[in-house]
Amino acid sequence: MIITLGHFAVSLALLLSLAQSIIPLFGASQNNIKKIQIGRGLALANFVLVATGFFALMYAHVTDDFSVVNVAMNSHSTKPLLYKITGTWASHEGSMMLWVLILTLFGALIALVPRDMPLVLRARALAVQGMTGVGFLAFILFTSDPFIRIFPAPTDGQDLNPLLQDPGLAFHPPGLYMGYVGFSSVFSLAAALLMTRDIDAKWAKYLRVWVLLSWGFLTFGITMGSWWAYYELGWGGWWFWDPVENAALMPWLSGTALLHSVIASARRGALLRWTLLLSVITFSLSLLGTFLVRSGILTSVHTFAVDPERGVFVLALLGIATGGALILYAARAHQLPEGTLFAPISREGGLLINNLFICTACATLVTGTLYPLLLDALGGGTVSVGAPYFNATMVPLLLPVLFIMGFAPFLKWNKGDVRNALANMKLAALLMLTAIAAGLYAYGNHHIIGFIALGAGGWVVGASITDAWRNRDALFANAPRLLGHLGIGIAVIGMAGSVYNQENAFTMQVGDARDVSGYHITFDALADVQGENYLAQRGTFTVIRGDDNVTLYPEWRFYPVQAMPLSHVALRPDAMRDLYLALGEEQEDGKKKTHAVRFQIHPLAPWIWIGGVITALGGFAGVAQSFKKKWI
Amino acid sequence: MIARLLLLLLFSLPAWAQETLPDPQQEARAVTLGEELRCVVCQSESINDSQADMARDMRLLVREKISQGWTDQQILTFARTRYGDFILLKPPLQSNTYLLWGLPLLFLGVAGVMIWPLFRKRKE
Repeated sequence: MIITLGHFAVSLALLLSLAQSIIPLFGASQNNIKKIQIGRGLALANFVLVATGFFALMYAHVTDDFSVVNVAMNSHSTKPLLYKITGTWASHEGSMMLWVLILTLFGALIALVPRDMPLVLRARALAVQGMTGVGFLAFILFTSDPFIRIFPAPTDGQDLNPLLQDPGLAFHPPGLYMGYVGFSSVFSLAAALLMTRDIDAKWAKYLRVWVLLSWGFLTFGITMGSWWAYYELGWGGWWFWDPVENAALMPWLSGTALLHSVIASARRGALLRWTLLLSVITFSLSLLGTFLVRSGILTSVHTFAVDPERGVFVLALLGIATGGALILYAARAHQLPEGTLFAPISREGGLLINNLFICTACATLVTGTLYPLLLDALGGGTVSVGAPYFNATMVPLLLPVLFIMGFAPFLKWNKGDVRNALANMKLAALLMLTAIAAGLYAYGNHHIIGFIALGAGGWVVGASITDAWRNRDALFANAPRLLGHLGIGIAVIGMAGSVYNQENAFTMQVGDARDVSGYHITFDALADVQGENYLAQRGTFTVIRGDDNVTLYPEWRFYPVQAMPLSHVALRPDAMRDLYLALGEEQEDGKKKTHAVRFQIHPLAPWIWIGGVITALGGFAGVAQSFKKKWI
Repeated sequence: MIARLLLLLLFSLPAWAQETLPDPQQEARAVTLGEELRCVVCQSESINDSQADMARDMRLLVREKISQGWTDQQILTFARTRYGDFILLKPPLQSNTYLLWGLPLLFLGVAGVMIWPLFRKRKE
């Protein structure tokens, strides 16, 4: 009954979204306030309807309704409650429901806030948001319906991939989608600005809060994803340049460029065209990411060709949205206000130069990710583009960004003074040199990239501290920049540490002791443990270095329903490093029972995610500012 | 699905320890080379990151060749003749990758020229 209601609600949302894409447009062009108000009501109704569908699906997951195919395929009665809830969005169909839920949530938000938004702008933005809704609701109902029933219902489900049975599933996908899909609001407002004649250059201020909100969530979502991969996948890397990761990084990079140009536009009336173009591009990259992840094209171009239904659908949506917006841009850009010009050495100049590098990095990422697919599809041969390519291209492109982002906040708007700004860089220079010296002392003089990164991180952190001190009377007013930059500096220091990772793999049996990378490891005990829906062998290890004495409990788990083993690593983070211990399956070695053990030392690693979260807080601080200004 | 397959293989190979070469400089070379070689049965992992049998064989092969005195370039060329360009995670510069390597520079140049007019002329 409830699932039928959910299905009906989502179907009705498709119809109402169609109305939402048309009625407010007429309202705006006829200056008919009634039609505009209808558009606002429709946006709110669509959110309620999609939420009904989403929670109906969640209800089916929580109550083990295996007559729903989606539940039968991705759940099991013994699965812990948390993973029944988060399992709602763990499958393709469920994650698309989350996608559309967030899309309509942003539609509802545009309908309500900020209160002072010009009516025509709001109306047109609601219409564009409605059009995206039509596309993706149709995608769900026609290709990825989560409400399909099966009769007779199976007695139990096939369970969720144990890799996904982790608290990370509660944070990473919703955070990522709030960012990814949140940019739809920026896209809709940018399109609305392009449709509206005689706009003021400073109207870009209506984009600002949406960019900050989406970007904050995207930063948070990517950070959580990286942390999850680090501890759950069990091999201790935090970024692999995997196409799925790249798919999330693309809109993050262009969103970062947008974040900065929107500030220049809102404050100074500069760079309006560039801001609008970036708004279109950023959401297009979100759609591209959705296409890459949801079409199956990454597994192989050939499997994509065999079952192209979903992929072609998203590709068509991508083409229509991007193409339509770019045509609108081309038609209207020359009529937009010129905006103020500025000196090359100025705050705007710094923002723009950094935008140039960040956008080039973004274009490189898109190229590198799509190149093998396109080349193969066009019969040009098969090549692989992996981490070495991205390290060789992205690192040189992003290092100047770190240098400039430390410096540029000390330049004045319109026209800055280099000498004046340099006088503020003493602490930055000091921390840069200290970081390099500390790195040399701790890790020796190999791996030059490690020192460069440590120095760059120290530079940014030092500059942020100076910046905060200089603005100590107005911390809240400057919080987005201060937190954002500080977080990036901290994260870069953490990333630099990974150059000096020490990875060891060996076998041990209970009672063994071993000296590895300066640590004395003892395998004290092994116990069988019964988890909620898994069996595990839990090892007790003592790891000693000097006065530092820790006990770690890595597990080797087995999930009987899916007959899948999983290594659950033990971590011990502190300020300087993360100790990482993974236990392998029991091996019969003659009469002995041995275990493969992986012991890794990740210098500075915890700072990667701490920095990422601080950076995200910078975005949220900007949203809080808008609240305080009674925009909302 | 692939991740699941890989996990089944995870730790099913007890001989991790024997993979490491005794000479730390040679081992460092092997690790660097491993980053550049793709595990050809995996989705997008280097032979260092992958837990597949195939990747382990490749890791052992790289170490064997290093201890036989092969240079890095010889090993990469050998892998390439055996498995094709596909195995190199950093594609070589050749006719079908000019665009891949050239585009970042091209983009930087063109975009740089395009933003120039936004700067106010000095005299104004």
